[in-house]
Amino acid sequence: MTIATIDALSPELVPGRGGGGPAPTRTVVAYGFWLFIISDITMFSALFAAYAVLSGRTADGPTGSELFNLRHVFIETMCLLLSSYTCGLGALSAERRQRDRYLVFAVLTFVLGAAFLYIEVSEFAGMVSRGAGPSRSAFLSAFFTLVGMHGAHVTAGLIWLTYMMAQVVAKGLRPRVLQRLLCFSLFWHALDIIWIGVITVVYLMGAP
Amino acid sequence: MHGSDRPYDRTPGVENQESTANVLSYTVGLGLAVLLTIASFVVSQTNLLWPPGIPVGLVVLAFAQIGVHLVFFLHLGTGPDHTNNILALAFGLLIVFLVIAGSCWIIADLNANMMPMPMNMPR
Repeated sequence: MTIATIDALSPELVPGRGGGGPAPTRTVVAYGFWLFIISDITMFSALFAAYAVLSGRTADGPTGSELFNLRHVFIETMCLLLSSYTCGLGALSAERRQRDRYLVFAVLTFVLGAAFLYIEVSEFAGMVSRGAGPSRSAFLSAFFTLVGMHGAHVTAGLIWLTYMMAQVVAKGLRPRVLQRLLCFSLFWHALDIIWIGVITVVYLMGAP
Repeated sequence: MHGSDRPYDRTPGVENQESTANVLSYTVGLGLAVLLTIASFVVSQTNLLWPPGIPVGLVVLAFAQIGVHLVFFLHLGTGPDHTNNILALAFGLLIVFLVIAGSCWIIADLNANMMPMPMNMPR
């Protein structure tokens, strides 16, 4: 098909919309990364299942309602939600090629994510120092595995975000860099979705 | 390269389409997410709902919030670009449901059929 005939097609028939030719790279890259996120969520579902099965097996040790501090959990949730918001605004600035605005939002995202991690790690340290570490009971093993795995994902996200900021500074907002930023946004928003499951299943149902 | 008026990208990787996302959609999403989070905490801490129904209420609120995140933050829509994303998500949800509900079902069954244990055995 020549360029002239492609241009004559109606918008419904352009590539990627059912009319001949592959979809734009942006769509294909986002789809591939989306498949990774869904497999990641599937992995988390196994940890959720383990927690659901073991949450009553406290071996006469401390239970969830004795250990959890819902005030801290609420602050953690707000940190994550706000960091998702700044991450989204950063993605918008990047698409509009506003480099400095992007960097401001990226730093905000990093600070909010780091605040989340700080609260989570100090919570974990407090539990371990009270003798409620992961080896205390099956319930606590499942708790530390599930919540710790989410925390590990947030840590990986913060390292990735630092790397993306360095790329934006060094290379500018090139199309290739924008694709990586798109993947990072998907990852960061997906962590929020997993956290919603964690607060509902672990904290709110576990500490009535 | 970005100013093309053609309705699609001819060069892979070079975008000229405006994203459908904008600041308003992120702000609406954040507002709804915060409201639903506060609702979850209130429901779990008070007797606003009939107490045996609180877990059901929390699950409903969680699903609502996941929906808000998918639509306003991840921009999952009904457009033709999203057909594959939605199908993959539906398949993922099926697997997640099978793993969690199946595990709970099997273990609850095992517990129900367990021989009674002496009281001093560690649980």
